Amino acid sequence: MWKLIRSRRLLLGLVGLAFMSLAPTLPAGAAKAPARVVSMNLCTDQLAMLLAAPGQLFSVSHLAADPGSSALAGEAARYRLNIGLAEEVFLMKPDLVLDGTFSTSPTASMLQRLGIRVEKFAPEASFDDVAENILRMGRLLGQEERAQEMVATLEKGLDDLASSAVPGLTVATYASNSYTTGKGSLSEAVIEAAGLTNLGSKLGIRGAGRLPLEILVLSLPDIVTNDTPTYEAPALAQENFVHPAYRAVLERAQTAPVPASNWICGGPFNLVAAAILQNAAKAAVQSGKHREK
Amino acid sequence: MRASAYAILLAALSGLVVLTFVGSLLIGPSDLGMAGSLEGLFSTETSLAQLVMYEIRLPRAVLGLMIGVTLGLSGAVLQGFLRNPLAEPGILGISSAAALGAVLAIYTGLSAFFPLALPLAGLAGAFVAVLLIRALTGANGSTLTLILAGVAVSAFAGAASTLVLNLSPNPFAATEILFWMLGSLTDRSMTHVWLAGPFMIIGWIMLASLARPLDTLTLGSDAAATMGINVGKLQSFAVFGTAASVGAAVSVAGAIGFVGLVVPHVLRPLVGSVPSRLLPASALGGAIVLLTADILVRLIDPGHDLKIGVLTAMVGAPFFLWLVYRSRRNEL
Repeated sequence: MWKLIRSRRLLLGLVGLAFMSLAPTLPAGAAKAPARVVSMNLCTDQLAMLLAAPGQLFSVSHLAADPGSSALAGEAARYRLNIGLAEEVFLMKPDLVLDGTFSTSPTASMLQRLGIRVEKFAPEASFDDVAENILRMGRLLGQEERAQEMVATLEKGLDDLASSAVPGLTVATYASNSYTTGKGSLSEAVIEAAGLTNLGSKLGIRGAGRLPLEILVLSLPDIVTNDTPTYEAPALAQENFVHPAYRAVLERAQTAPVPASNWICGGPFNLVAAAILQNAAKAAVQSGKHREK
Repeated sequence: MRASAYAILLAALSGLVVLTFVGSLLIGPSDLGMAGSLEGLFSTETSLAQLVMYEIRLPRAVLGLMIGVTLGLSGAVLQGFLRNPLAEPGILGISSAAALGAVLAIYTGLSAFFPLALPLAGLAGAFVAVLLIRALTGANGSTLTLILAGVAVSAFAGAASTLVLNLSPNPFAATEILFWMLGSLTDRSMTHVWLAGPFMIIGWIMLASLARPLDTLTLGSDAAATMGINVGKLQSFAVFGTAASVGAAVSVAGAIGFVGLVVPHVLRPLVGSVPSRLLPASALGGAIVLLTADILVRLIDPGHDLKIGVLTAMVGAPFFLWLVYRSRRNEL
């Protein structure tokens, strides 16, 4: 029981650290730092919101305000939202545009032709990638110090997770349309940071791929993530969550309610996802729901 | 054709239905294997294999069987009733219209509160389409007007479904037009069997009762009327039977094309072109084709949920072209 309480406190601490606003100051060499930044990608949105000085970030993408996707949806209300149209972003007169490497790229190349500086960030597949992107964002925004502090917090969080890991348990991510994540995904990095094994990688899935319900049932993982998304309207993509076989899996395995927003993008909030997984692992051991192998 | 030869044909078709049904139960993405599958099916202990067999593979195989019967039977009835070799629920737009009904029921959230709304809406869509086709082509419509009416109904229903899916606030909805246009049996559950099954069975009974009257109808509707066939009753049974069975089938598995076209054509020479003999044979043949196609989608590309309609169209569309070519030659 004590372990559970302690890890819950760890969780709260991590959340606090992740969202703690560090004294926002423009560093000495800030003359070159951009003053009007527009971000068009959910992941750059969140890193920019965490690192930018007040007034420096002008607009973020509309997804940043969607609580289903963004870990900082509340924060995003403070910025103008864009939908990534070239015309819209150009008229904002940004001196730096942030974008992902695979989203809205025609917009980004048009903005570049119009003479606007565009910096693209690749999606992260590991915590090294996350740290690298944080540091790069820090350099671009002239906020190196805050970025370094954030990376240090991240590394400390990862060490804490590693020291309190429960070994030998398997976790399956199971999303709409029966999709799961495998090797080379950020989810995998988070799962490993929590000291767990990802079922998707065991099955040889790379990136994201379909996990047929039948295979989920037969490989019965110790933990299943069940952040069943709630949309305004139903779709067949979510019917897998009400399938009797899936309900039976939920009865047999420990569930971990990891919000999708905590591991779609890289950032300090990934630690929250890992902590939820680790709590689920501890609960699985206590309730005897993990399978003896 | 002698009765004994016909009995042999039906026995052979039944044997193939059993074979493909068992095949459908034994084949899946996991490495459960044949022994594991059988153990899951017959073991009295609760196990994960049992869960897979009863909640995932059995509903899939049962739906494959029932939807195959529906498509084969309705295709044979429509071809006899409309006296047109190109009639089929998919080509006439009946499947697309049923899909539109089902799309409206699901994506507005109606079926979440009232599950029966799903097959009922599919039925309503199919019903409207059959009536529309009938009204557009008249009693003795030519092949051309029938096909054109089908194209128009299909196009309209497809566009309306796409519109409903695009307007849905659910980000996944728009991509699901693939399911409704091509059909799939992946991860359907017993819930779908219970929802759609009764409507399909009612539809089959109505369609099967047309076997004898359709024999008489081959002489022409006037001749049939003088021989005591109630043409009005025949018509309403054909319309309701098709609407109920096809509407329910489409509402749980999407529109799967060409099965109703190909199966009766392949079997017609084997039964001596007698409608009353063609109906049972087509029902069995439809089940064989659909179960086989559903096994193939699992074998060809297990990881990607290949839509079953892709396979049936690959075989059916060239066959359709050949039929069009042949009917043109006959008209010249």
